[in-house]
Parts: sequence; C-alpha cells; structure tokens
Amino acid sequence: MKTFKGRVVSPGNVTAPALVSHGGLNTLASFQKALQFGDKKATCGDQNNADLYGKQMLGKALCLPMTIGSTTGGLVLYCACAMKRQPACMLFSEHIDSLAAAGAILADVWLDDVSMPVVDCLGEEFLNYVKDGMTITVSEDGTVTVD
Amino acid sequence: MILTQEQQAMLDGAQGEVLAKVMKTLVMYGDAFGAEKMVPVTSKYNHLVTSFGLKMMTPVFDLMQQLIDAGVVSSQQFSVDPRPVDKNVPANFLQNLIFNKIMYATQDFYEGQLGKLGLMDKDAFTCTCYMDEVGNKPGKGDVLSWAESSAVVYANSVLGARCNRNSGIIDLMGSIAGYVPYFGLLTDEGRKATWLVKIKTTKKPEAQLLGSAIGMKVMEAVPYIEGLDAWLGSELDDAACTYLKDFGAATASNGAVGLYHIENLTPEAKEQGRALLADGAQVYVIDDAELERVYKNYPVIWKNPEAKPKLCFMGCPHMSLEQLKSWTDKVEASLKEAGNDKVVIPTVFTASPAVLKEFEKTSYAARLKATGVITSYICPLMYMNNPLCGKMPVITSSNKLRTYTTARYYTDDEILAQITKGGANA
Repeated sequence: MKTFKGRVVSPGNVTAPALVSHGGLNTLASFQKALQFGDKKATCGDQNNADLYGKQMLGKALCLPMTIGSTTGGLVLYCACAMKRQPACMLFSEHIDSLAAAGAILADVWLDDVSMPVVDCLGEEFLNYVKDGMTITVSEDGTVTVD
Repeated sequence: MILTQEQQAMLDGAQGEVLAKVMKTLVMYGDAFGAEKMVPVTSKYNHLVTSFGLKMMTPVFDLMQQLIDAGVVSSQQFSVDPRPVDKNVPANFLQNLIFNKIMYATQDFYEGQLGKLGLMDKDAFTCTCYMDEVGNKPGKGDVLSWAESSAVVYANSVLGARCNRNSGIIDLMGSIAGYVPYFGLLTDEGRKATWLVKIKTTKKPEAQLLGSAIGMKVMEAVPYIEGLDAWLGSELDDAACTYLKDFGAATASNGAVGLYHIENLTPEAKEQGRALLADGAQVYVIDDAELERVYKNYPVIWKNPEAKPKLCFMGCPHMSLEQLKSWTDKVEASLKEAGNDKVVIPTVFTASPAVLKEFEKTSYAARLKATGVITSYICPLMYMNNPLCGKMPVITSSNKLRTYTTARYYTDDEILAQITKGGANA
C-alpha cells in the first residue's frame, strides 16, 4: 500500500479499481462512441490509446498524466457525467490541463447529483506505481491511497 | 482570486442564480490555474467550438437552455465552428440516414439555440472565423474567450491576441460574464517560449508536417521558431497567413500548442525577438530527416492499408481564398499533365461560407468545378466521426483530420498526384 498527496480540483471521497493510461487521454476519442451509441459502461473507443482501448471507464479510478485532443474535451467529459458514464474519479500525475479542468468544474457546478472527485499533481511516481485493478481510495483532502 | 466589486456581486447572485453559476464556473476554472484576477474580454466578437447538434450533446443543449431561459446571454455576438453536414458532400443512403436521423437529428434545434445566444450571422459557421471575408478578426492585444484550438493558436500567434486554450462551454461562459481568468497565455510570462526550434531543412517544410513535428515534441509549451522566415519571408501576406493557419492547426492538434512565435514574422517575435525565449529553453532541431521520421511514424489505421481512396478532404481547418485559387491552378495543371479531365478520386475542398461566396465571384470557381472538385462548408472532422465513414479509406493533407479520425495523411504534392493521377507518387 502506498499513499500519495495531490491537489484537490473537485473534492470528494471514493474507492474504486484503478484504470491506468500512461499517455494522455483523448477525451473526445475515448468517450464519443460510448456516449453516441448508448454504451452504458463507457468503453474507451480511442484506438490510439493502447492502455485504455476497449476497457470500461465507468466507475473506474482513471489514473493519467493529462487529457489531450479536441477542445470539445471539457464538454464531452461534462456530457459523460450528465449521462452517468463518468469514471469514479480522475487522478492526474501532472497539473490538470484546461480541458479536463473545464469538464470537471462544469460537472461540479452545473450537475446536482454527480460526484467525480478530481485530484492533480500526484507526481510521476504515482503513475509508475499504480496498475490496473489496484484499489484506489481518494479522500476529500487530496490523499490518494493505492492498495 | 481577488474579484472586483462587480465580479463579486455577480458571483453572489446579484444578477440571478444562473449568472452566479457562470461566474462560479469561471472562478473555479481560474483557481485551478492559480489565476489571481479576472480580466475583461475585449474582442468585438466571440467564437464557439460547438457547432454540431450531436444527440450525445443533449446535456450541453440543456445547459444552454438554462442560460437562454434565464436571459443570461452574451453582449458579444459570435461565430461558431463549421456545420457537420452538407448535401454537397458525397454520402450514400445509409450515411445520410445516420447523419440526418441519428447523429445530427438535433442540428436545427441547436442552431435555433445558437441564434438566441447571439450567432452573428446565419452562415457564420467556420473554424477560420479570422478570415477577412468572415469578419471575426481580433486585434493585437485583444483578450478572447475562444476554444477552437486552430483559431486560438492563430489568434494568439499571427494576430497577437490573447486567449487560453479553453474548452467548449467555457468559451461561451467567459463571453457571457465578460471576464476571463487571468493566467497562461493571457500573461506576458505565459507567452514566453520554453522551446527554441531550429529549422534546417533544404526546402520549404510542409506546413502540416512541420506543425505536427513541433506539436508532438513541445506538447502544450510555447515554441520560438528560427529559420522559417527564410521560407516564408518577413511579411504576413496571404501566402504566409495561409501557411501559418495550417501549421498552427497541426501544432494544436498533434500537440496542444496555443501560441508559437516565428522569428522575424509573427508580431511579438518581430517586436521582442529572442527576449521571448525563457531561460533554459530546450532546443529542437528539425531537418529533412526529422520530418521524414515523423511522417513515416504515422500509423495507418485503415483495415486495408492498400485500399483505393474513396474520398479526399482538403480544408481542415477551412481553406483560405488564396488556397482555393492556388489549388485550382495546381489541380488544372496536374490533370492536364496526366491527360485527365476530372479528378480521379471524389474530392472535397472545404472553406467558410463567406470565403466560398467570394470564391464564387471569381473565374476560379467555374474552373475548379470543371475539374470535378466539390466545394463545401462542412466540417470534415464531424463527417468522419461515425462508424460508417470511419471505415472509409479517406485521404487528406490535414494533420488535424489525421489525428482525430481514420483519414490518412499525405503531403500536398502527394494529394495532388492522388486526386489527379491516382497513386501518391504517380
């Protein structure tokens, strides 16, 4: 078990299995197919992301360096949250990017019944340590425990 | 973040709950990046990235309806990214069914919302809103609340405006509030280059390939580029602006570049020169071999890599008037050389409605039509983003389209050979 301390972007407590992307998450490419064609498990549709392609993102603790791609990324993440197809939480090893920040904040402010804690600045060691399926516990103060 | 009295009142709900939520969104967004204040949006017009009535976007339409119902709209009018469908673009029965009845069934409804929110013109649908023909061209130093990545990087770099690489919806909210958080590319410090890129090619580098190489190397950083003025000159004429439009779009999509400086050419580089370079800037040298390496590493994700192309898209981002004219000359000459009358692959050149209108006034329009090339205002990216079109072998010289879809990239010369003669090297 190892504990990491990050910065809280969107607060919350959650425990969920880890899903790890070592490259940037292309939000549009990852979620579009699931949102457009009714995949309730939010299977990642980004063929360029070997870590995530074909894996269920719904309910997972998504561990990643940053998001990349189209600047529709924030609103796609917002739509995923509104449609209840979002990850359990998003954990960034780096400083959050403007697109992911927008999506997380829009969901936090404009959706009443959605919780998706977001923590950033967890460091490179976090992403090197965490593996798919490990149990992640996120606390309100930005503490992330990997078991 | 320290807010002015007016901003604090907005946040506290003095002008209603919905505007307070808009302000809260912007304050939280700024806090995430350490912004200490908000600054006024000063451009005449805004530009939105969300142009498509895609059914999956229903939560966004609901949010926009909340704004409309509460009368929380911007005092700025805006242009918006290209429409996702156009009957001029080849599509079979099934594709048309999917476009019109499934994917973009809410397009008319959404365009109605855009009208209520302040769309500047019923044809103001383009990713190149900064073209003279369109009329949404910010001035140097203007503060913007835009999101379209290719427009943001152009406005920052070529026009000297100031805009962060925002997400959709944030663009609209900044415009509604009239303020955006002050961080990143809005600040002098954030506009300094942390990469020095040295161009050492033996010929003018392909804009889309060079942009791709730089984007993938520097990601979201600001590059200062030396040696490109040898190929582009030191004046921002039509040809240079067209080159930088395509170059910038590739840096923004293959990486996440929001601003670049070209030595002796772009406004801030002309004024400040190497003072724009941050201490300890990293160096990236680009020669012919490096561009070749980048090109060869693009994955081909067609099911059959040897498939004959069924469609060619040019114009992501939308083509300029100068580009439409020069490509008319090139297509005509290459067809003549090959002994062909018309293009051998269905080919679509896309440009903004306003540019196409001007193009139609020139003699080039009839000449291009005679070659069989179709012109359209469509967004090629939106056309490609569905399972049916995603399986089609589509070719393009757009590195943005390559990045976001299954379209296969070729250089301009190879595209010309493909569409006029068949085969990239014919």
